[in-house]
Amino acid sequence: MSRQTQEEYYKGIKTVRYDLVKELTLALVGVGIVAVVVAAFLSSPDVPPVTIATWSQNDPVDFVTTATNELAGSTTSAGYGNPYNTVGAGQQLGPIQPQNWFGTRIPIDSANTFVIMPLQHAGSSSTDVSAALNTWTTATADQQGLWLKPYIQALGSATVSGGAVSVAAGDYGPLPVMMSNLLNIAQSGGLDGLLMINGRFYQTDYTQALLFMGDGTYLANQAAQWNLTGSQWGMMNETGAYPGQTWLWLYTVWYQIPPFTSPDGFLGVNAANADLSVIVMMTVLTAALALVPFIPILRDIPRWIPIHRLIWRTYYAPKKATA
Amino acid sequence: MVTAKPGLSHPAEEPVSWTLRVRQVVDRRLPMENLLPDRQPYYVGSWVYVFGVITIAALVWVVASGVVLSFMGPQWWHDSSLGRFFNSLHFWSVQLFFLSMVLHLWGQYFMAGWRHGRASTWMIGVVIFGISILTAFTGYLSQQNFASQFVAINAKDAMNGAGIGAFFNVLNFGQMYGLHVMLLPIGVTFLVVVHIVMVRMRGVVKPIDAEGGVRS
Repeated sequence: MSRQTQEEYYKGIKTVRYDLVKELTLALVGVGIVAVVVAAFLSSPDVPPVTIATWSQNDPVDFVTTATNELAGSTTSAGYGNPYNTVGAGQQLGPIQPQNWFGTRIPIDSANTFVIMPLQHAGSSSTDVSAALNTWTTATADQQGLWLKPYIQALGSATVSGGAVSVAAGDYGPLPVMMSNLLNIAQSGGLDGLLMINGRFYQTDYTQALLFMGDGTYLANQAAQWNLTGSQWGMMNETGAYPGQTWLWLYTVWYQIPPFTSPDGFLGVNAANADLSVIVMMTVLTAALALVPFIPILRDIPRWIPIHRLIWRTYYAPKKATA
Repeated sequence: MVTAKPGLSHPAEEPVSWTLRVRQVVDRRLPMENLLPDRQPYYVGSWVYVFGVITIAALVWVVASGVVLSFMGPQWWHDSSLGRFFNSLHFWSVQLFFLSMVLHLWGQYFMAGWRHGRASTWMIGVVIFGISILTAFTGYLSQQNFASQFVAINAKDAMNGAGIGAFFNVLNFGQMYGLHVMLLPIGVTFLVVVHIVMVRMRGVVKPIDAEGGVRS
């Protein structure tokens, strides 16, 4: 069939005049007019990004709590697993665990990257900071835990005054000095630069800063206000009333329904491996869409549902006339 | 001096060159009257056929506005009203592109447009749809605004869970921007050209019950 010429394929079928170039030109002009008019009147979304500086200024308790949790290893990034570290096991679907196939390609040591190293770089001129860092790094893990646990608890009822965070008195070791200095660095904008520059002048990689901000609740709370979180169909949304990636609706819908939202799940699919499961499912569905011409039932549906009779109504009309 | 001789023919015994073979195949498979037809079967009068050409037109506007944005750099549109306009043109052209492409896809599905040797045309269309989604996704990640931040933070888990995140780091603006303005648009545009050529080579498919030939 594919070797058949068009002349042979259309043999006996009446043809009518058709101007392809005119149609394309009109489409170009029409689409252009619509796009220009809509762009001029509706503009496009551009809500400014959150910086570590604005985060630490607007919600210093969340910032300090997040930074302290980085030291405790209890944040999302600290326990993530690959490609950032090997702490977390990674998502697994049956025997498949692709998250670990390529190892730790983007190494992130949350405590060092987000707290220790910035303090070493920016606070090295301060004897208080140097002493606090020395106390922290030379302490045993058990001792660090004895400082961290009560400090994290105390942060739950912390107060803010003049941008500084105060907690109830207690034995927190060097943590108050470290955190107050890290907060100062962050509020001045220094931490934004420290997490991005990494010894280079030019940079375009925001992995560290975004992971750190993602560990806090400030960014997520802001996102919830814009309906961007995962449970709000966030992947297909955009800030404001603008359309987002609406074509991702089928990808996003799985995140709203069981078993992808269920802790127990079904057939090994559950909330813990929802990302992997959804990607696998969408890969299968996309392959099915591509292979529709070869899949019985799917390829037969157009014959059963007579929408084609509306599309080609001029073709089917003579039959009705003679019936 | 050697001068060209109009109408010079190639004797049958002349060795066939690769160039000549390619030309013969193109002449046979895609003659100009098929590439730029001035007549079509009478049933090609539905609005459904317009969605394909609107998709192409929208892609032209997407690429044109994208070229301006990439020429001026990723910061420009945040600080300039003209830049904001071109970003808006890009944004809405993309919306029109996807809207018309989805309507084209559904239209072709209910017309069973893959019949009579057109399965590869359908499959390439699906691949174009997939790469377009990836291109738009990297575009949203390249906006350098709040939506980019949170989409990136959300999306990293899917990419990492699938093992893709080790090489496709959605938190790396440089990587996403590079893919968005270079590799992926080239892929979409190239495949759209292939798709169009395949459509023009084979022509539009006959109505569903016309396999046996001509309907009287």
